[in-house]
Formats: sequence, C-alpha cells, structure tokens
Amino acid sequence: MTARRITTGLLTDPSRTIEFEFDGRRLSALAGDTVASALLANGVRLVGRSFKYHRPRGIVTAGPEEPCALIDVLGASGALPNRRATTVRITAGMRVSSQNRWPSLGLDLLAINGLFAPLFSAGFYYKTFMRPAWAWERLFEPAIRRAAGLGKLGDAPDAPPKTGDEILHDHTDVLIIGTGAAGLAAARRLASSGLRIMLVERDVEAGGGTLLDPRWQAWRTQTLGELAAAPRVRLLTRTQVIAAHDHGVFSAVETCAAGASDAAHDAEGLPRERLRVIRAQRVLLATGANERWIACPDNDRPGVMIAGAALAFLRRYGVAVGERPVLFTNNDWAYESAFALHEAGVPIGAIVDPRPSSNAASRALALGIVVYSGSVVTAIEGRRAVRAVRIASVDGAPRATLDTDCLLLSGGFQAESALATQAGGSLQWREDLASFAAALPDSRGVVTGAAAGGYGLFAAAQDGDAAAERLASGLGLSASAESIALPDDPETSPLKALWEVAGHGKCFVDLQHDVTTDDLRQAHREGYTHIEHAKRYTTHGMATDQGRIGGLLGAAVLAAARGQSPSEVGLPTPRPYIHPTSFAALTGGEIGAHLRPERRFPAHASHVACGATFVPSGLWQRPLVYSAVAGWDPVLREARAVRETVGVGDASSLGKIDVQGADAGRFLDFVYANRFSTLAVGKARYGIMLREDGCLLDDGTTSRLGERHFLLTTTTANHTAVLEHLEFQLQVNRSDLDVVLTDVTDQWAQFSIAGPRARQLLQTVMPDADLSSAAVPFMAALPARIAGVRGRLFRISFSGELAYEVAVPRDQADAVWTALLEAGRPLGALPYGVDALNTLRIEKGHITTAELDGNTTAHDLGFERMLKTEGDFVGRVLAQRPGSTSMQRRQLVALRPTDSAARLIAGMILVDRSAPRTNLGDVTSCTPSVLVDGWIGLALLADGRRRIGSRLLAVSPLHGESVEVEITTPHWFDPENTRVRA
Amino acid sequence: MLRIDCPHCGTRDEVEFRYRGDAGVRRPAAAADTAAFVAYVYERTNPRGWHHEWWYHAAGCRQFLQVWRHTVTHEIHAVGTVAAVLTPPPGAATP
Repeated sequence: MTARRITTGLLTDPSRTIEFEFDGRRLSALAGDTVASALLANGVRLVGRSFKYHRPRGIVTAGPEEPCALIDVLGASGALPNRRATTVRITAGMRVSSQNRWPSLGLDLLAINGLFAPLFSAGFYYKTFMRPAWAWERLFEPAIRRAAGLGKLGDAPDAPPKTGDEILHDHTDVLIIGTGAAGLAAARRLASSGLRIMLVERDVEAGGGTLLDPRWQAWRTQTLGELAAAPRVRLLTRTQVIAAHDHGVFSAVETCAAGASDAAHDAEGLPRERLRVIRAQRVLLATGANERWIACPDNDRPGVMIAGAALAFLRRYGVAVGERPVLFTNNDWAYESAFALHEAGVPIGAIVDPRPSSNAASRALALGIVVYSGSVVTAIEGRRAVRAVRIASVDGAPRATLDTDCLLLSGGFQAESALATQAGGSLQWREDLASFAAALPDSRGVVTGAAAGGYGLFAAAQDGDAAAERLASGLGLSASAESIALPDDPETSPLKALWEVAGHGKCFVDLQHDVTTDDLRQAHREGYTHIEHAKRYTTHGMATDQGRIGGLLGAAVLAAARGQSPSEVGLPTPRPYIHPTSFAALTGGEIGAHLRPERRFPAHASHVACGATFVPSGLWQRPLVYSAVAGWDPVLREARAVRETVGVGDASSLGKIDVQGADAGRFLDFVYANRFSTLAVGKARYGIMLREDGCLLDDGTTSRLGERHFLLTTTTANHTAVLEHLEFQLQVNRSDLDVVLTDVTDQWAQFSIAGPRARQLLQTVMPDADLSSAAVPFMAALPARIAGVRGRLFRISFSGELAYEVAVPRDQADAVWTALLEAGRPLGALPYGVDALNTLRIEKGHITTAELDGNTTAHDLGFERMLKTEGDFVGRVLAQRPGSTSMQRRQLVALRPTDSAARLIAGMILVDRSAPRTNLGDVTSCTPSVLVDGWIGLALLADGRRRIGSRLLAVSPLHGESVEVEITTPHWFDPENTRVRA
Repeated sequence: MLRIDCPHCGTRDEVEFRYRGDAGVRRPAAAADTAAFVAYVYERTNPRGWHHEWWYHAAGCRQFLQVWRHTVTHEIHAVGTVAAVLTPPPGAATP
C-alpha cells in the first residue's frame, strides 16, 4: 500500500462513498473521484500495459494529457474504449477494465515482447513484414493488432446508439479557452466591454491552476460570482475544444452526462456528449502549459509520475501519491508539489535538482527537506512499481540510492499550443523557459498566461488582464475592471534545460507508444531528421495523448542528434482533433435519415399504395418497380404494358427550370448547342448542353410556353449542376441578357403516359380536349386541364411509344396520379418504374447519365448535326477540336449477345478476339428486352459506328463472364418514329 | 470552415457555397481562336497567396460572388457581386 487518501479534496465528498469495479475487483471511491484518484486512494498502482513492450504502467498525470492510464468503461450498450482514467468520473456501480494485457494485468504473457525489445525498434514493422505480400493482410496485421492495441468496443459495436447526441451552434464575440488565472482575469476585464463572452473549460470546475492553490480561492470565488452575474458572459465547464478551424470557428465537445451514470442518462434520452460549433470574432487562448517528462532510464515504472499530478491529486481528491516521494526537477515551479505534500504531512524522500542552487531549493532546505543539488536520477529500480532511485552528480559521480515508492518528474513546461497553431498562430522559442511559447496575430485573437510563457498564477492573471484590454481596444472598445488584490508568486530562479539522463535502461519520450530516445536517434541515423519524418517513423507523439508530456522532449533529443537547438527542430504541426473524440459526438444526431434526408415525389404516398419498391437517386426516392418481387419479371411486365397497352410513370425528379425574360430565347441559344430562339410557342425541342470544353453536360427537352417564357428540363442527376451552370453563364458571361431563372422542380409533379393506348387514357381524364395529332402533334407543349386540374400537357416520348407527359401542381399530384390509373384500368394500364423506363429507353437508343459520363462529345453520341453553325454558344469552339470529333473516340452503339440466353452486365469491357488485351469500350447500360429475345445494351465503343455489324467479346473479369456480342446501331427500334407520331 | 460575407445574405458558413474557380479568367470573345478558349478552360496560375475566385451562394441568394482569398491562410480580403469592382489586396498578382 503506497498511495492513500489523507485529507479532504476540493472535488470529493467524504460523506458519499460509492462502489465501482476495476478488472472485476470491487473498490470504493468518493463522489467526485476520477477512476485514477480512486485507484490511487485504493493503493492500486499498476493500471495498464504498454502498447508495444507490454511493460507495466501506472498513472502518470492527473488530467486529460494522461498517456498510460487508459481504460475501457463497460456498459450495457457496449464499452467506451480508451478513456483516460484521470478524467472519467466514477458513478455508482461503474465497471472499468484495463487494456492491452493477456490474460491479466498482473500476468501479461505478451510482456515477452520486452525481452525482444531490440527487434522492435523504430521502423520494425516496415522493415520486417515486407514479404510475402499476401501475408500482411492474412497473417501479420491480425497478429500485430492482437498484440499491440488499445481498448476494444463492446460486444455490440453495431448496436444503434441509445442516445441522441446533438450538435449545437454558438455565436460569440470573444471565445476564452481555459479558465485558469489568465482566462478568468481576462473574462473579468472583458465583462464590462459589452462584448459577448464565452468561457470554455474542459475541467469539471472553472479555475485551472487556481484550484490547486488555497491562497487563490477567494479570488476565484469572487471572480466566478462576478462573471455569473454578468449578462453577456457564458461559462461552459466539461467542454473540451477539439479544433480551431478557419475564420474564428472552433469545435468543442461538451460532456453532458454529469454525475448521473450513462444508463440513467440514456434512460432520460439526454445526450451524453454535445458537439458545439462556436463562431467567434476573436479568441483568447488561456490554455496553459503541460508539465514535461524527463528521459531517464526506466522512467515508465508505475510510481513515476509528473510532478504537478501529485499536487493535483492532493488538492482535488485529498490523495497522497506516495509514502515517501522523491522529486526530480530542473525548475522552481515543480517544488510546489513537494511543498504541498510536505505541508500535508507526507515526508519527501529528497529533491534532486541538476542546478547548483535555486530559491526553491533554499526554501526546501529551510523546511528540512533533503536536496541533492547539481544531481540527476540515473536509475529507477523496481519492475511493477518503483522501489528505489539512484542519484548521481551531473558529472556522473554516484551520490546516493534512496528507497522510494514514487518519483515525481518535472523537466519544465510546454505551452498547450495546438489550438494556437491551428488558428494561424506561431511558436517562439524561449531560451529562459527551454520551451516554445504561442502567439496569435491580432486579427485572430491573443494567447495569454502560461501558453504565452507567463508562468505563475499572479503573472498569468496580470497577463490575462492585459491581454483582454488589448483585445478590446483592438475591437475599438474599452474594458475596465476594479482591481483586486492578488496573491504574489514566489520568487523563482531560472530553470536549466534538462532533456535526457543516459544510463542503462529505456528512456521513454512517448509512454503510450513506447518510443525511446534511442528510437529517435535511430530515426536520425536512418535519415528521418525532420521532426515530421521522425514523428512518423517512430510514432513519437502520435498516440492518443498526442505527446502532451513528451512531445518537446522527443524534439529536443532529435535536436541533440542533429547538433542543433530545439528551436531549429520545432514541434510537429498538431492537426485536428487535438483531443480524442468519439464519432458519436462528431455525428451528433446527424445519423440515418437525419444525415441524408429523403426527397420524396409529390405522389409518394400513391406510389407506396401501389406497392412500389423505391431506389435512391441522389436524395430522391424514385419508384423502381411496382412490386416487392425481386428479379426482372415485374420490370418486364411493366415495360411490356407500355409497348402493348399503356403505362403510367412518374418523372417528377427531372429538374425543371423556368426561363423568363425578353432575351430568354437568346440565352437558351447560348447555353444549348442547338437553337431554341426559333422554337414556336406551344412546342418542345430536345436539346444538348455542352460544357466549355466541348463535352456534354446534360440533355433534355425545353418547351416554349410563351413568347418570353421557356421551361427547361434537366436529368435527375444533373439538376443542381445545370442550375449552377446556367446561373454562371447568365450572371458572369451573359449579364447583358434580360433573363430570370427560377428552379420550379419542387413545384410540379410530372407523369408520363406512354403506350399505344396513351391517347385513349388521356382522353378519359381530358374529356373535352381534342387530342388528335393535328391538335396535339408530336413535341407539342400546351396548357391543359387534366382530371380537372390546371396543368401542362407535353407530347414527348422517352420510350419510343406514343406518349404524353402531364405536369400538375404538386399538391394535386396524388389526385391526378390516381385518376390516371383509374382511367387506365379498363385499358390494361400499369404503373411503371425506373427499371422499366430504363428497359424502354435502351431499346429506343436514348441516352441517360450512364452515357453522359462527362467525357462524351456530341460527335460520340451522333449529335454532331445538332451543333449550331451560326452564333456563339458554350462549348462551340472546343467541340470542334480534332480531339473532340475524332472517329477513333468511343461512340454510342447498341449491342446484343449472339447467344440470346447470355446476359450482359453494365461495365463489361469490349475487346476484339484477335487483341483481347485492348480495351475498345464498355457497356454503359443493359437490360433484358421485351422487343427481342435476350439482353440488349448500349455501349461506348472506339470507332463504334464503323464496327456496326461486327462481333466482339464483352467481358467482365470481376464476374468471370465473357459473351460474344453483335454491334448494332442504337436506333434499331422504329427508326422512323412512326409509333411516336401515331 | 470559411465564413463568407455575402453582400446579399450576410455572413454565412462555407457549406452554403460552392467554389467555382478562378475569377481572373474571362470568356474570350466569340471570334477568338481555339488557343484562346483552351487557355480559358485549362490554363490557371494556381497562386500560392492571393487568389481572385468565384463562389456561388447555392444555398442562399444563388448569386455568384467575387472573392479575394489567400490560398495559404484562407484569409478573405474582399467579397463582392459579379459587377463589383474590388480592390485587389496588397501583393496580389495582377494579370
């Protein structure tokens, strides 16, 4: 038993004892404890095994920077893996487990890896598991994953989340990140400025470092009281800012399950976590600094801990981290931990300090604490826990071996600078602090306190106050605050840079990824001398703690190998997110239908009533076939109805753009390759639209509804792209034209009535209309009253049959759809879906987005005669390039297997038997036919028109299928259009 | 995420916009030769620094906007309508 609870902590409630389970062991804790503080209070020292070598590991820090004490929190709906024991608050009955040990934490058989440590040096995996290539996926990777790994998701990782996590959007003038002395002082100053202030603190309590110094309690209480009363100040605790994005946008994750267990929280339907997207004019970064590790031999043994953690466990939870701790440090600030423990009655074994003397050392000596000045720790004894440390003078002469259960390390501090770097800030090397301090350009905000190199609570508060004033005046505002007396900082002596104490044993710089100083030197030897390369080669700083306590240490070791100062090596650029974040928090409620909302046809309910199976097309849900039966039979039944009697289909997803204005015709002439200004009112015309590079963007029919009024249709897939294209051409290239574009896609439902009996069907719902070809010729576009509803009638055909399309306002869609089916019943009408439509248009040789793949030109598709020869239009010049018109290009053809029993597959590659390695083209669309026996298809085929009548092979290596096909013209069905014009 | 000051709608998030490329190139006159159109379609300076570009406010006013954006820092110097005459930022390469 070493660590224990000796006093009352700031956050723990001694009157409320709760039980929890660690690796199946029942332990007691106090309300307010973290898993780490409770384990220490129970004398548990060994809490995990390391990633690579499976070395025993303990608790190293008291906060979110923890590299070692990772746990899985077990719950009914699966485990939450890789939580830091130092931040997980215990709730009654909580079950947690350690990670990366087999079969148990005490006896870890994989610790044998440690014996082969020389094998596992940097780059080991890259060098070792190269051959044979197949073995990586099947053999090496699974084995490595089992041996090296962190937590596991629970048994039911696929179970739907029980909670509705949510995303909130916040707007503020000033975002203050961190509520230590600097952040609180800044907020206090800015509260009077009239600016909206948002204070964000990742801890459960605001206060940062002031929570650890009782002399600051009065100031903290008063300041928080003032801020709570300030109308434009908001304070969020338990909120971790995870990224700084461009333009003052930040993301933060707020932990909501405060106090209550997750299960109780889930039962209430409350979110566990909340992603906040914060937009701020300015940011004030008061993110503090992380204490740094020292690379000395075996500095990973359970019981070796960052010095400040001892102070935090004592003040916050009343826990003493050891019975007789030894402190090894190069700076005066770290002595505060020893002083606090000493004052609480915990004897200090000794303080080891490489400096010959310091103010803090003098204070320690005055308290009767033994100080080994000019000395370093050269060895740490004990395997599963620290037993003793060996001390030598800085020149190597042995001085003492001290029995101890706990070694506190502090190599100085490094600014928590990740957010500053992401927000466009810079890092400056501070020789006096042997670390980088962060700064931001004024236009983004300001860095203050320890993050800017201002150590000590008094200094930080002063700096925060000044930073706030600077920030307010930069925005043209003044900010004043009544001054209050602040406790002084102790006089400190300068620190002495100390990175590594070489000796026998591994000197770790990254505890979570088991990276040692030797690994970094090896990286340097092998040419990975840039910090970003060395980081990736050794994985230094790439673990979930992102090198918070060892990042700069590793950089300094690399710098020494390069013979340079750490200022020349720098730190790797931290990318979002700067803190481990669950996917559930990032997605919030945007899952399932909330991620991708369905876009339904106006007559969706009618399609459901008709038994439709739907297919997504973009966001649209289109009726695929009116049957729940899989296979081609129901599709071909619908297609056959269109060919033989009549079918009714819904084409509402086609884009519909209203083009109005005096120059509407001229505008259409500019954006279409063919001419529209000559189109008569009451007529429709098929058009092709090119991009400026000469390839087809889209096609569709456009109708002239009035002298200055056209209605343009687009394919379903290209609707938004065409709208953007039209707006660009109108606003940027043809702003001289008087035209207004309006997207009316959602305002109209559009149904097609196709088949030999289409006119009969339509006559039933339009009893007074003259539907003869004289009155409504092919390509007519007229106002009409359909089933009593005012709408539009178009005589256009995609199927090759006599066909009409009717458009009605969307709120009339169900009524008109039902009337059409009713009218069609005695005629043998069927509703037909997208699949049947596809069968029909492939038979007719009509193209769709499968053929408009972005690379096809008018020549490829046989549309070359549609290109206007007079007047400018988009794509005119480049469509005439030899490369756009070459006959060697892939051209549209139709094909069918010579064996009518063989099937085609979309994407099949076309080759000549004599040169089977030359890809001549591919099958773009295919279907069983209702006109001929067997399958038919469309293809884009090199020199295709000249190959009509020849035979090729269509192959699909993916399916292991090969079929002989005959190439035909795409217009083999009713080429004179007699059916369409009937 | 960029925040773009739409002259019609106010400051809006980047997700409402679509990027439409270099605003420094303009469509050649109808009589121009193929080379001029090839340059218009394909040739870009791709500067490291200030870039004059089109942004389309697809989920807002559906207007194209001119934006001077810094390709390294993402700083936005100015936003204007198609017709606006924007003063290029200091140091911007001018065609």
